Amino acid sequence: MEAFKHLIDTLSKPTILVSFTFIIFFFVFPPTDWFEKWHKKLKFDGLWSVKSFWIITALLVGFFVTGLSDPDFRSIMLKPDNVPIAGLIFLVFFFTWLSMHQAYNNDKLIDAGKPVDEQYDAPNDKVLVWPDLVYIELITIILFSAFMLVWSIGLPAPLEEPANPSESPNPAKAPWYFLGLQEMLVYFDPWMAGVVLPSLIIVGLMAIPYLDNNKEGSGYYSFKNRKLSIAIFMFGWLVLWNLLIVIGTVLRGPNWNFFGPFEFWDSHKIEALTNINLSEFVYVKWLSTGLPGNILIREIWGMILLLGYFMILPPLLAKTWLKNLFERLGVARYSLFIVLILAALTLPIKMYLRWMFNLKYIISIPEYFFNF
Amino acid sequence: MSEKKGLLKRLAEGQVWTSIFRGGGVPKSRRQRMMVVLNSVFLHLHPVRLPKHAVKLKFTWCMGGLSFFLFLILTISGILLMFYYRPTIEYAYTDIIDLAEQVPFGIMREIHRWGAHAMVITVWLHMFRVFMTGSYKPPREFNWAIGVILLLLTLLLSFTGYLLPWDQLAIWAITVGSNMARATPFIGSEGPGAALLAIGDINFVTMASDIRFALIGGRFLGEATLLRFYVLHCIGLPFIIMIFMAVHFWRIRKDGGISTPV
Repeated sequence: MEAFKHLIDTLSKPTILVSFTFIIFFFVFPPTDWFEKWHKKLKFDGLWSVKSFWIITALLVGFFVTGLSDPDFRSIMLKPDNVPIAGLIFLVFFFTWLSMHQAYNNDKLIDAGKPVDEQYDAPNDKVLVWPDLVYIELITIILFSAFMLVWSIGLPAPLEEPANPSESPNPAKAPWYFLGLQEMLVYFDPWMAGVVLPSLIIVGLMAIPYLDNNKEGSGYYSFKNRKLSIAIFMFGWLVLWNLLIVIGTVLRGPNWNFFGPFEFWDSHKIEALTNINLSEFVYVKWLSTGLPGNILIREIWGMILLLGYFMILPPLLAKTWLKNLFERLGVARYSLFIVLILAALTLPIKMYLRWMFNLKYIISIPEYFFNF
Repeated sequence: MSEKKGLLKRLAEGQVWTSIFRGGGVPKSRRQRMMVVLNSVFLHLHPVRLPKHAVKLKFTWCMGGLSFFLFLILTISGILLMFYYRPTIEYAYTDIIDLAEQVPFGIMREIHRWGAHAMVITVWLHMFRVFMTGSYKPPREFNWAIGVILLLLTLLLSFTGYLLPWDQLAIWAITVGSNMARATPFIGSEGPGAALLAIGDINFVTMASDIRFALIGGRFLGEATLLRFYVLHCIGLPFIIMIFMAVHFWRIRKDGGISTPV
C-alpha cells in the first residue's frame, strides 16, 4: 500500500503527469490522419466502448475509495470547497466518454452510408413539447432539487475563521474554478496569467465559430469529420483548463510547492529553485560579460525570440506544415487562429523551459513591470 | 341522461380555471396540446414541436436547462439570504453564523453555496455539449458568443459571492484574485506600461487610481470592497446576466431551435 501511494505521488509530479498527458493526448484525440493511424494501432479507439467505461469508472471509484483511507488524501479531497472538484473529475470523464461514444457510433453509421443517430424525418419525426418535453423537465427538476437538498443537508457550507488581514493562510488559494489561472502564475507574471491569458481564453472561445469554417458535423455527435477542431478544443478544455485546476487544487500545498495526493503538507518543505532569466543566460553564463546597463541591449535576445515566435513562425508554418489549413482558412482566419494557438502554447513551452533550464523570464524588464 | 361530473372536472370547466388556462380542460387533442405551449408565456420559451432527438437526455444532457434552473434556485435562495445578511465588516460574519444556528432549517446558505458551484459545472458542461455536437456552427455563431459571455458572468457572480461571508477563505481568495488586477497592462499600478502614463514625475496610474482600486474601492480589502462586491453580486451582475440570458434564449428560437443534422 505504501509503495502504491509512493508510486502515485511520484507519477503525479507535474513534470511526469503533464509530460505523460501531452505525449498520449493526440493519440487519444487524433487531429490528423497520421495520428489516427496510430490511434487505431494502439487500440485507443476501444476507449469509448461501454466496457472501457465501466473499467475506467471502477478504477476511478476504486482509487477514490482506497485513497480516502489515507489521512492526507482525505484532508484535501474532503475539504468542503474541494468537493465540487471530486464531482468534476467524474463528470468530466463521464461526459467526455458519453460524447465520444456517440461520436464514434455516428462515425460508424456514416461509414456504412446510414443516417446518423440524430437524423430525423421532418415533419413526421417531430414530437410535441407538451407533454413529451415538459414531463422530462419536470422529472429533472424534481430529481435535481432532491439532489441539491440532500447535498445541502449533508454537507455544511464552508466557513472558516473570521477574516484577519494580518494572518495569511498558506497556501492562499483562489476559488477552485480559478485555480488553473493561479497555477499559471508559477510560469507567468500576473499580467499574463491573470489578465492577458484569461482575456485570450474568452476571445478565443468566442472566435471558435468564426474560425472553424468546416460545415460538417453540425447538430450531431461525430469525430471523424471534425478531428482537428475537436482535438484542439479537447486539449484546451481537458488539459489546459481542467487538468491545471486539479493540479492547482489537489497537488499544490504550502508555498505553492508540489505535493503528491498522499503526501503530508509540510510547510517547511524546501524546493531549492534558482530561476534565471534569458538575459542572464546570454550575458552571464555564455558571454561572461555581466548584464549590460541598457535595457534594450540586455533584453534584445528575448525580444527577437518573441517577435520571431509571433511574427515569423506563422507565415513559415503557413508555407510548410499548415499549408492545407492556411488555404482552407484564408489569411484573416488563419492569422487569428495561429496567434491564439501560439499564445496558448506559450504555457507548455514555458513549463518545459522552467523544468529543463530553470528559465524564469524570456524578457525581463522589472523597471516597467514587463516580464514575460 | 346527465352524467355526474367529478369536482375536478367541474373546476376545470369553471370560469376561474378557464380564465387562467385558455382552452379548457386537460389538453388531450393534438390541437389542445399545441395551444398549451402557445398560450403560456413560460412554456413559450419552447417551440411547439421538436425533433425527437431534442428530447433525449443522451443528446442534450439537460445542462443548459439545469443551468437556468440553478439560476432560479440561486435567485430565490439569494433573496432569502438578503433578509438576514448585512454587508458590513462588523456584521457579515456573525450574520452568516446566525444563518446556520438561529434560523430554523437553515440550509439556505448551503443551497446557495453548493448551487453556485453546481452552476459553474453545469455551464461548463453545457458549453462542452454544444461544442461536441457542433451546434456553434452557422447560423448559431453569435449565440455561442453570447454563451461565452454568460459563462464569464457566471464565474464573476460566483467570485463576487465568495467574499461575502467575510471569513479567511473569502478574503484571501479575493486577495489572490484582486491582486491580479494590479498587474493589468496600462491600467494596473504594477502592470506593464503603467509607468508610461505619466507627465514628468507624476504618475496617473497609482495604487490609489488603478483598476484594482476601482474594483475593491480602496487600496486594501475593506468595508468598501464588501459593499461593492455585495451590490455587484446581488444587483449588478444578475441584472446584466438576465439581459444576456434573454438574448441567449431568444436567439435559440430565432436561429432555428435546437441544432439538427442538416
